[in-house]
Amino acid sequence: MKLRLILPLVATFALLGLLFVGLGMNSRDLPSPLVGKPAPAFALEALEDAERLVTEQDFIGEVALVNVWATWCSTCRSEKPLLMELAQGGIPIHAFNYRDERDAAVRYLAVSGNPYRTIAYDPRGDAGIDWGVYATPETYVLDAEGVIRYKRIGPLSRQLLLDEVLPLVEKLRTEQLRAEQQRKNEARRVAQS
Amino acid sequence: MIRHMLLLLTAWLAPAGLAMALAIGQPIEFDNEAQKRQYDTLVRELRCTVCQSETIHESNAELAADMRRRVYDMTLAGHDADAIVEFMVQRYGDYVRYRPPLQANTWLLWASPFLLMFGGALVWWRLVVGRRGMAERPDFTEQERAVLERLHHDA
Repeated sequence: MKLRLILPLVATFALLGLLFVGLGMNSRDLPSPLVGKPAPAFALEALEDAERLVTEQDFIGEVALVNVWATWCSTCRSEKPLLMELAQGGIPIHAFNYRDERDAAVRYLAVSGNPYRTIAYDPRGDAGIDWGVYATPETYVLDAEGVIRYKRIGPLSRQLLLDEVLPLVEKLRTEQLRAEQQRKNEARRVAQS
Repeated sequence: MIRHMLLLLTAWLAPAGLAMALAIGQPIEFDNEAQKRQYDTLVRELRCTVCQSETIHESNAELAADMRRRVYDMTLAGHDADAIVEFMVQRYGDYVRYRPPLQANTWLLWASPFLLMFGGALVWWRLVVGRRGMAERPDFTEQERAVLERLHHDA
């Protein structure tokens, strides 16, 4: 008899708890299966120069950010001052110019400043699919070996940079240094023997 | 009367045709019937990741158009359906599949209808047994019989 009285109460609270958890979940927070995988291959024209080919190799070599942007994306515009700061702080940023017009993009960068080292021009969103782009802006963090270590769907914010991106960049740089040191030691040992 | 009906029919069909053309949005030519069938199935099984509750077949979003084009290109290039779905899953996660695979994090999803059915059956069974128990209760006591008798007489 007692169980009969308590059971509906327990069930109700279980349901309420479930709904409450659901309330806090953001259905737009999608996990990226690309994190931990090497940067997908692509071959696109450079934004500034249609003759020059840009591939994923241009993004790889040091710890770097890859930003997906377009001039029609107003969130990208508001995000750009942060990217400028990062670039000035010595963090390399590469980019996909996504579904944009070349002239508009070049003019926009000329007027408002260019934080990017390499810009791949992707007017049809071809590399976009390979990189699993949902919507602009998106930002990836690549380690020195070119493995995607982080992905942000949506704009960066100062808080996000301080909490997640910069510490990660710092960590990856340390990893890179250690790996290089190890390689050097290895080489020395080989040379000595 | 007949003219009216015809008019109504065309008015009803025209937007449907237009919507179809828009949803597909590109010339579709295949080498053979199997490719066409594969494409038609796949675009209805892949989710448009920005619109979330539409397949890439229904969606007008640019990303959906890109994904349709990729499905089309890969189909023409001879990739089979599994390879194309796998390609999308690698980039966009299991989320792109409208038919989730049965795996560790989805078993609850697949099992929930059966769990609910089982729960319902359990409740139903308990109710029935409970009622039967009531009906099969031992006969009334002497005292109860007396009360009933009296009520019966009074009525």
